[in-house]
Amino acid sequence: MDIRLEAIRHAYGDTEVLQDISLAIPAGRIVCLVGPSGCGKSTLLRFIGGLERPMEGRVLQIGAPPEGCLNPLTFVFQDFALLPWRTVQGNISLVLEDHGIRGKRARAIIDDVLARTRLSDFASALPKQLSGGMKQRVAIARALAVNPAVMLMDEPLSALDSQTRELLMDDLITLWTRQPFTSVYVTHNLAEAVRLGHRIVVLSRRPGRICEVVEIEKPLAERLYADPDLDEVQRHLWEMMRDEARAAEEELIDV
Amino acid sequence: MSDTTAATERPASDGPAMEVRFRGGGFAPQSRRWVGVAVFVALVALVEWGTRAGWISPLTLPRPSDVFGTFVELWNSGLLFKHLGPSLSRLAVGAALGASAGVLLGVLIGLFSYVRAGLVPLVAAIFPIPKIALLPLFVIWFGIDEGSKYALIAFGTFTPTVVATYGAVDNVDRSLIRMGQSFGLSWLSIVRKIVLPGAMPGILSGLRISLAIAIILLVAAEMLGAEYGIGAYILQAGSLYDLERLFAGVVILSLLGVIVSAAIAQIERRVLGWRT
Ligand SMILES: Nc1ncnc2c1ncn2[C@@H]1O[C@H](COP(=O)(O)OP(=O)(O)OP(=O)(O)O)[C@@H](O)[C@H]1O
Ligand SMILES: [Mg+2]
Repeated sequence: MDIRLEAIRHAYGDTEVLQDISLAIPAGRIVCLVGPSGCGKSTLLRFIGGLERPMEGRVLQIGAPPEGCLNPLTFVFQDFALLPWRTVQGNISLVLEDHGIRGKRARAIIDDVLARTRLSDFASALPKQLSGGMKQRVAIARALAVNPAVMLMDEPLSALDSQTRELLMDDLITLWTRQPFTSVYVTHNLAEAVRLGHRIVVLSRRPGRICEVVEIEKPLAERLYADPDLDEVQRHLWEMMRDEARAAEEELIDV
Repeated sequence: MSDTTAATERPASDGPAMEVRFRGGGFAPQSRRWVGVAVFVALVALVEWGTRAGWISPLTLPRPSDVFGTFVELWNSGLLFKHLGPSLSRLAVGAALGASAGVLLGVLIGLFSYVRAGLVPLVAAIFPIPKIALLPLFVIWFGIDEGSKYALIAFGTFTPTVVATYGAVDNVDRSLIRMGQSFGLSWLSIVRKIVLPGAMPGILSGLRISLAIAIILLVAAEMLGAEYGIGAYILQAGSLYDLERLFAGVVILSLLGVIVSAAIAQIERRVLGWRT
């Protein structure tokens, strides 16, 4: 299933947030959205996931979601959004219960996704007992449980320390390599973008417009920590973003 | 000798070494159960001593040992349970009615803008009415028997429960609700599995206040048409200026309050174990 954005424009009151965004998200690839603070990345992601409606333009799903897909457009949030009163497996079964998946079938799915995120030993732990990285792995496991066609990730690693971030990036790459998923991945962090993105979309400062789309051909599994090729791309992205980011920063100070 | 060791251990900069002053304590409630008991015992002992020594006249305060005597007498004659039974049933029925109606309406106010717009001003208007003043009205509406007593207690617990409940619903983390929507959960599932558990801490702390108010209103409810009941017992003793019996009754109400509060603490421990 592909996603296509057509001429999206949006404003909150008088502030124009997004202008003329047209973008294709091909199946099986990770598209990274980068851009300065407040340029409308999260807003765009909410449009793609159907949590909000743009003032103009359309978000299109092209093709049917694959067989067995319970929730085609699935979010992974920056703040994890786990229910603190449910255990790890309870948090995952939450999203299965509404599809009538209970008992043995639910058990099988939960065991599978916990194994894939290396959380099998923590099935009955409460979120308060887990570290930030583990919480985000639970959130990823929950997203995998509904077998999504597209994963919408809003800065999923921003709340974590840099070591945990590296580890989780490796986890994501392993997950993708084993079974390619489609994803829109919002981040501030250019290193994350060049590590995980097949396609990197650079947005300008508010009102957000697409500045450039960079394709990285190198397969995810071959991208290593401090890879010189990636550094080159990252430098190029930073050159492009620096002025925008500075201007956005000053704009915020003016307010 | 002490000089030499000091010299070897002394860091690069010299001058007197001082341990860093600890200033991180406090502001973290810890359970110190015996302190409450000690304060209580000390107070009773003081009054006992005062009344025996004579610097508290028996007209100001009854002697604690006499109050205790009255209490034992109440117990032995079986009268205690004759008073306690009706009071507890009034409390249970009235508080259960008021609290459940309050939680229900509070949740509805929290969920539906129209209900909120329509009822929040109404609740604000009836909250400050002293419910005792409405007792004659309740007697006309629900009869002089149990009906009016249930109604008074129910009405008194209802308003604080409503206010606490819709506040609690408002405070449920919106990002969790967003999460529920993003996974395509039905409206009912979101309410049942996200909103209600999320509002539980606020609802329970509201219940603490509501139930205390129910106990306060018990005395008022038994002002009219009650032969037996702790409230009736206290009012009788009061009208006769029988301070020993008055205090014995008051002590029973206090104990009731302590028990209710401990029960809620127990429920909180069990239901809200997930809180950090
Ligand atoms: N519900 C809303 N109502 C009004 N303004 C909003 C709302 N949501 C976002 N905005 C504004 O829209 C702009 C874009 O917000 P958005 O959260 O999409 O930016 P972002 O690119 O995700 O920023 P960040 O990098 O800080 O996460 C911001 O200026 C924000 O203040
Ligand atoms: Mg954002």
